[in-house]
Amino acid sequence: MLAELSMHIIDIVQNSISAGADLIKVKIHELKDRDLLIIEVEDNGKGMDKDQINRVQDPFYTTKSFKRVGLGIPLFKQTAEHCDGSFQILSEPSKGTLIRATFKKSHVDLPPMGNLRDTILTLVVGEPNVDFVFEVETDGVVFVLDTREVKKELQDVPINHPEVVKFLREYIGENLKTMEVAS
Amino acid sequence: MKLEDLRKIREKAEKELKLREGKARIRIVVGMGTSGIAAGAREVLKAFLDEIEKRNLQDVMVTQSGEKGLSSHEPVAEVWEEGKPIVVYGNLTPEIARRIVADHVVNGNPVSEFVIEVREA
Ligand SMILES: Nc1ncnc2c1ncn2[C@@H]1O[C@H](COP(=O)(O)OP(=O)(O)OP(=O)(O)O)[C@@H](O)[C@H]1O
Ligand SMILES: [Mg+2]
Repeated sequence: MLAELSMHIIDIVQNSISAGADLIKVKIHELKDRDLLIIEVEDNGKGMDKDQINRVQDPFYTTKSFKRVGLGIPLFKQTAEHCDGSFQILSEPSKGTLIRATFKKSHVDLPPMGNLRDTILTLVVGEPNVDFVFEVETDGVVFVLDTREVKKELQDVPINHPEVVKFLREYIGENLKTMEVAS
Repeated sequence: MKLEDLRKIREKAEKELKLREGKARIRIVVGMGTSGIAAGAREVLKAFLDEIEKRNLQDVMVTQSGEKGLSSHEPVAEVWEEGKPIVVYGNLTPEIARRIVADHVVNGNPVSEFVIEVREA
């Protein structure tokens, strides 16, 4: 259903936003020598207990007596496991959640990353009251975008001001340009 | 490019914000739930941003929402304007998004072929 890894990232980040997080960290690490891609989304939202963690990973677990369980997590998990990777949820009620998916980089069915620049841009601009830290790393080259630093420079000017959007698009694009994982 | 370059943008923007008391005239909310993303909501949101930037519409704000609903019409977006009912658009593409900015946001004429709902704010 979601054709790109970056679409899964948006989807998993939506869960963090729904969970009331105001700080969301997204890590995308490519480890070439280990043929590995790691995607992590960490938030400070309301978290889940053990029972919930198990429940949300299984799309068939729900019975009529339970609240409907969504598709976002099962889809992401399925993609990771299908690509010889792994999937993990670490969470604690009222502390936050860490979702980690790994993928075998060379797997034939690994979905493309998709446009990471637009993914980052639409999230940080579209959710101006949430802070994001995006960390993209390929073989030791790291790009970090921390919206708290952006907002410190901006003070009262909103992050979704058109001039700021323009700046961020170019800034993110320039930094990701040479990174293989982002293409 | 450095983040410090934002300072210049800030100084310029602050002056303009003061002139209109910093209020957004129109808010566009793009639905980015699972089915919305799959249907192309990110590209639609991006098209709204690009068009607003191109026209330098400083009093228009684009945000996103993970809420689901109306999934048979995704991608969807709502246009919120003070004192007016909320206009919900469906089956959007980047091209239609750009038209909504030109016709509805700038000229005040909703693009009726793509309106799927109008509701009170
Ligand atoms: N980061 C998170 N923090 C707290 N709870 C979460 C988090 N991510 C997921 N959950 C819980 O897991 C449930 C299932 O998430 P999932 O993304 O699979 O489906 P959904 O968001 O309910 O619906 P959709 O199909 O639109 O994604 C959520 O409804 C929520 O209760
Ligand atoms: Mg979800």
